[in-house]
Amino acid sequence: MVAPKALILTGYGINCDYETQHAFNAAGARAERVHLNDIIAGVKNVADYQILAFPGGFSFGDDIASGKVLANKFKYNLSEDLQKFISDGKLVIGICNGFQAMVKLGILPGFDRNYRSQQVTLTFNDSGRFEDRWVYLKINSNSACIFTKGIKSLYLPVRHGEGKFISKNEAVKKRLRESHHIVAQYVNELGEPAEYPMNPNGSEDGIAAICDETGRIFGLMPHPEAFIHKTNHPRWTREQLNEEGMGMQVFRNAVDYAEKKLV
Amino acid sequence: MAHRIEVAFKEGVRDALGEGVRKRIVEHLGFEVNSVKTIDVYTIDAELDGEQLQELGENLFADSVTQVFSCGKPLAKDFDYLIEVGFRPGVTDNAGNTSRKAAEDILKKTVEGVYTSKQYLLRGKLDKQAAEEIARGFLANELIERWEVKSSAEFDFEKGMELVLPIVRLKYEVRVEPIDLNVSDGELMRISKERVLALSLPEMKAARDYFKNKRVNAERKKLGLGEEPTDVELEALAQTWSEHCKHKIFNALINYDAGNGKTLVIDSLFDTYVRKSTEEIGKSRKFMVSVFSDNAGVIKFNEDYNLVMKVETHNSPSALDPYGGAITGIVGVNRDPLGTGMGAKLIFNTDVFCFAPPDYTDKLPPRLLHPKRIFEGVRKGVEHGGNKSGIPTVNGCLVFDPRFLGKPLVYCGTGGLMPSVINGRESHLKKADAGDLIVMTGGRIGKDGVHGATFSSEELHEGSPATAVQIGDPITQKKMADFILEARDLGLYKSITDNGAGGLSCSVGEMAKESGGCELHLEKAPLKYAGLHPWEILLSEAQERMTLAVAPEKINEFMELAKGRDVEATVLGEFTDSGWFHILYEGKTVAYVDMDFLHNGSPQMKLNAKWEQKIHEEPDFEEPRELTDELKKMLGRLNICSKEYVVRQYDHEVQGGSVVKPLVGVKNDGPSDSAVVQPLLDSLEGVVVANGIAPRYSDIDAYHMCACAIDEAIRNNIAVGGSLEHMAMLDNFCWCDPVKSEKTPDGEYKLAQLVRANQALYDYTTAFSVPCISGKDSMKNDYIIQGVKISIPPTILISTVSKIDDVRKTATMDVKKPGDLIYVLGTTRNELGGSEYFAAKGFMGNNVPKVDAEKAVKLYEAVSKAIKLGLIKSCHDCADGGLGITLAESAFSGGRGVEVDLSKVPREGIERSDYLLFSESPSRFVVTIRKEDKKAFEEILKGNAYAEIGYAREDNAFVVTGLNQEIVVNADVQDLKQAWQKTLGW
Repeated sequence: MVAPKALILTGYGINCDYETQHAFNAAGARAERVHLNDIIAGVKNVADYQILAFPGGFSFGDDIASGKVLANKFKYNLSEDLQKFISDGKLVIGICNGFQAMVKLGILPGFDRNYRSQQVTLTFNDSGRFEDRWVYLKINSNSACIFTKGIKSLYLPVRHGEGKFISKNEAVKKRLRESHHIVAQYVNELGEPAEYPMNPNGSEDGIAAICDETGRIFGLMPHPEAFIHKTNHPRWTREQLNEEGMGMQVFRNAVDYAEKKLV
Repeated sequence: MAHRIEVAFKEGVRDALGEGVRKRIVEHLGFEVNSVKTIDVYTIDAELDGEQLQELGENLFADSVTQVFSCGKPLAKDFDYLIEVGFRPGVTDNAGNTSRKAAEDILKKTVEGVYTSKQYLLRGKLDKQAAEEIARGFLANELIERWEVKSSAEFDFEKGMELVLPIVRLKYEVRVEPIDLNVSDGELMRISKERVLALSLPEMKAARDYFKNKRVNAERKKLGLGEEPTDVELEALAQTWSEHCKHKIFNALINYDAGNGKTLVIDSLFDTYVRKSTEEIGKSRKFMVSVFSDNAGVIKFNEDYNLVMKVETHNSPSALDPYGGAITGIVGVNRDPLGTGMGAKLIFNTDVFCFAPPDYTDKLPPRLLHPKRIFEGVRKGVEHGGNKSGIPTVNGCLVFDPRFLGKPLVYCGTGGLMPSVINGRESHLKKADAGDLIVMTGGRIGKDGVHGATFSSEELHEGSPATAVQIGDPITQKKMADFILEARDLGLYKSITDNGAGGLSCSVGEMAKESGGCELHLEKAPLKYAGLHPWEILLSEAQERMTLAVAPEKINEFMELAKGRDVEATVLGEFTDSGWFHILYEGKTVAYVDMDFLHNGSPQMKLNAKWEQKIHEEPDFEEPRELTDELKKMLGRLNICSKEYVVRQYDHEVQGGSVVKPLVGVKNDGPSDSAVVQPLLDSLEGVVVANGIAPRYSDIDAYHMCACAIDEAIRNNIAVGGSLEHMAMLDNFCWCDPVKSEKTPDGEYKLAQLVRANQALYDYTTAFSVPCISGKDSMKNDYIIQGVKISIPPTILISTVSKIDDVRKTATMDVKKPGDLIYVLGTTRNELGGSEYFAAKGFMGNNVPKVDAEKAVKLYEAVSKAIKLGLIKSCHDCADGGLGITLAESAFSGGRGVEVDLSKVPREGIERSDYLLFSESPSRFVVTIRKEDKKAFEEILKGNAYAEIGYAREDNAFVVTGLNQEIVVNADVQDLKQAWQKTLGW
C-alpha cells in the first residue's frame, strides 16, 4: 500500500511543524514540512498531497488577531487550490493556531459546503492570559469527524491566549450543536461540563473542536501532537499509561482513512 | 496621506484585556474604576480610497464575529476618560509591521506604514490627574510610548483623536567627525563620558597613543584619513573594549589580600579559575566539543548530535523598559546557539528573574519602576519572546530581595541541538576566508540599541540613554532562524555570528579575526529610516540580525533562498586578510584600525581586592513550641511560594519533547526540580536542565554563595535523574561594581567577593567534575541617582545540562502512594546563616551553608543509580526553607499526608526542631520509595548519610514529630498548599 502524503505547513512563526510531522510519520504517512511561500510560488502544489495540516504556533506573531494574517495569505493567494483540495475529498486538520486560521478563513464549519464564510471565531481567553494546561475532552460520538473516530475522550494540553470559541449568532450555535459539528468539548475528569480552569478559555458550550459536515475538515485548540508518547503526560511518573500517547490515534485515523480512500 | 481604522468589540462580547487592565488599576493604583474597554487603532500611511479602507477593516483588522470597525469616525463612547497609547517614533511596532505587509498583500499596492495604538475607555470616579497617573504609571512607558488623555467633555466625537504618524525624521546632516585626543586627561575622560564610551583613562590614553603611531598614521593617510581618529574609530574601539564584550574585570591583574595575612596576585580570574578548571576536568570528561570560544558552549549529545547552551542577562534595559528589555533578552540569547558553530536549532529556554518584592510600598527613587511593574513587564516580555519563537520555556525560578529594586536581574538561557557533522564538516567549526562576502540578515538598522554595550557597562544614572532600549521582534527572528537552518543544511555559508552588543562593529570585527581583516561598506546596510551617522550604523544593536560569511559562488543561491523565505539579506562588503578593520561610507574610508590593536590593544586593568569576614548579629529567639504556623508562613514567603502564575503563561511543551514538566504531581501544580526534554522525537535520549542561585549567602561569604549555587544546580539535575558523568554547567556572574572609586568606596571588598566566588567555582567544579562550558558576567548592577545608591547582592546563576540515555528513567518530586517510605538523604547541620527562616525572623546570622563536595559526589552517584534502577518513586531537593518545605511540597504535590519523625533525620550540631526543619544545608534530598524496595535502595546508599524518617499516609494529615518526641506540625496538606499558592496566586 502507498503511504498517503501529508503537507505540514511551515513558515512565518508556525511552530509545531516538526512534532506534527513526527506524529503523521509515526502514523504511517509521508509527511513533509512545506514553506507557505513555496506553495504560493508554485514550487510545491497542495494537489500532490492527501492530507493538509495547519500546525500550531504563532503565525505572524498573532499580530492583529491570531491566525488572521495566515488566513488572509490563503484567501488572497491560494483560495482556489484550497477549495479544490476540499472538494476533492481530502483531509484538512488545523491545530491551535491552525484552527484559528481555519475559522477565520471560513473553511470551518463549512455549512452547506460553503468553505468561504466565517461563522465562528476564536478570541481572547476569558482569563485574558496565555495558558499552558492539560484539559479533558469529551468526544461527540455522533460527529462525522474522521480524525476522532473510535475515540471517546482525550487528555491533551492547550497552549493559547485566544481559544475562546464564539459563534456569530444563535442560529449558528444551534446548527453546530444539532448537526454535530461539535467534535470535542472541555469537561472535568468525570466527563461533565465544567467551568474554568477545566474549560480553559470560556468557550461557548465548552467547544474545543469542530468539523465540517463531511468530517474531513477538522480543527481543534488542544494539541494532539503533544501527546504522542506516554512521557508527554504530566503525570506519567504516577499513573499507569500506555506507551503510546492518546493523541496518536487522531493522526492514525487520518492516515488510515487516506490510505483507504485517497491513494 | 494618513487614515485611521478603529476596531472595537461588539456589545456583549467580553473585553478580556480591558477587564484585566481594570483589575490591575484597582489593585495596583487604588483608583475606583468600574469598567475599561479597549479599542485598537491602526493608523495607515498610504494613498487609499474609501473602498480600500473598508476592505482592510473587513478583511484584515476586524473579526466579523466579535468586532466592529470604523474608518475615520471614532468608535469611542460611554467613557469618563479616554487614554490613547501609541509608540514613539522609531520604536519597533511589531503589529504595525505585520499589518503593513498584510495590507499590501490584500491591496496589492505599496503601503508606507501602519502604526498601532490602543485606546482605553475608562469609567469610574476619576479626575484628569488620576487618568494621567494611570497613563503614565501603568498603561504607558514614556521612554518608548506617547499617550494622550481626554475627558468625554474634551473628546471630539465626530473627528476622534488627532492623527499621529510616528515617523522618524532626522533633520541633521550625516557626518563623520574627527576627535582630537591630544588633550588633557580630564578632557579625555569628558569625551569618554559624553559619548557614552565607558572607556577608562588608561584606555583613552592607549587609543591616543595608537593614533599617534607613525606607521598607523602613514597607513591612514593613504586612505585619506587625518591624524585624529574619527568618531567611527573611537566608537568601534569603545564597543570592542567594553566591559560587556571584553570582560575587563575578569581579565584584570588583581592583588588579593585574603584578610589572614596572605596575599595573592591573580592574573585574570577567568584564566586562573574558570578556564583552568574546565581544562583540568577536560582530562577526564570527554564530552566537551567547544568551550569559551564561540557564542555558546558545545558538548556532545550522542554520536550524531551536539548540544549547545548559553545563558546571559539583560538587566539594564529591563530596568528601563521591562517588557522590551526582557523580550530582547530572550530573543537575543536565542541568537547565541543559533550563531554557534554553523548554527543550532533551538530546543529550550530557561529563565531566572531576580526582583524586589512586588508588595513594595516605599517611595520609589527617581527613574525606577515599581517592582510589580518590572515583574509583570519582564514576565510578559519573556512570554512573548519564548512562546512566539516556538521554543519551550522548560523551567526557571524567581528570586526576591529588596536590593533588586536598583536593577532587576533577567537571566535568559537557551539550549540548541545541531548535527555534529553537516555536509561532511564538523559543525562546531567555522571559518570566514578572505574574499568571502559579509552578509547581514534579518531586521533593519535604526538608532535603537546604540550604545547598548557601553551602557550596560555603567550603572543606571540620570543620563542613561533611552535609545539603549529596544523591543524584540520574535517573528522576524523566527523567519530568519528557520531560513538559517535551511541555508546551513544546503551549505550556503561558511561562518556565522549574531549581532548583539556592539552590533556590526563587534560581529564583523569578531568574524574578521577568522580571515584576518574586513572591508565593510556601511551605506549598503538597510536602515529603518534615513539619517543615521556612519558610527551609529556600525554600532546599532537593532535586533534580529545575524552576520554571515558567504562564498562568492554561493551568494546567488543564498540570496534566492532568503527572498523565498521573506528574509532580508544584504551584502555589506567582504572579509580580507589585510590585517585591517576597514570601514567605508559612500566610498570613503571612515575607519581603519589595525585588527591586532582592535582586539588586543586595551591595557589590562590593575585592581586591588581585600577580604574581610563580616560578622552579623547571631539570632536570639526562643524555639516556637508549635511549628505549623511557622511552616505555613515559610511556605508563603516570596522565595518559596508557588510560581505557577508565571509558569502557566509560558509554553513549556512546544516541540513535543516535554518529559518532566515545570509543574508536576496529582494536580499538575507541584514544583519540579528540573526539566527533562527529549529533543529528538524518535529517540528516548534526553537533556536535563536545572538552575542554582543563592544570592542571600553573599552577605556572609560569596565563596559559599557560589558553592551553594553550584551544588543546587547539580542537585536539582540529579533529583530528576541526571548524572555527573555527562553534565556541564554555565556560570553567570551578576555583580555590583567591584572597582574602587569615589562612587564605590567599598570596591576592594566587592572585588574580594568576586575573587572568592571564583575560587569556589574552581574548587567545586573540579570536585564535582562538572565543567563550565560557557559563561557571562555583568559587573555594574548598581543604581546611583541623586545620592541614592542601591547595589544588588553579588549573584551567580549556575545552570546545568546533563544528558540521559532514557527519558523514562527519571523521577518527579511528588509523593506517590500511601505507605511509601520517606527518606532524608544527606546531613542537616546548623546552617541557617542567610536562610529564609532567619530572614523571616529579621536576622542574617553567620552559619552560612557549606558544601562538602566529597560526600555530595558520593550521594549524587547513588541517587542517579537508584533513579535509573527505578527504585526512587519521588525525589525532591532541599533548598530555600530547608527540609520542612521539601517535605510539604512533596506531600501536597502528591495529594498525600505524611508522618515523619525529625529525631531520625541525620544531623550535626542541631538540637532545635525549628532549626532542623528550616536549616538550608546543601546536598540533601527527600525521597520516597516502595516498601518492597527498601533493601535494594539502602544497599545502593551504603556509606552515605541517610535515614528513613516516616511514610506517606492514606489521608491528608501532615504530621511531624519533633526532636522532643512531641508533635510539632499537624496540618492538612491542602492548607499547606493553599499557604504556598496564595502569595503569587494573581
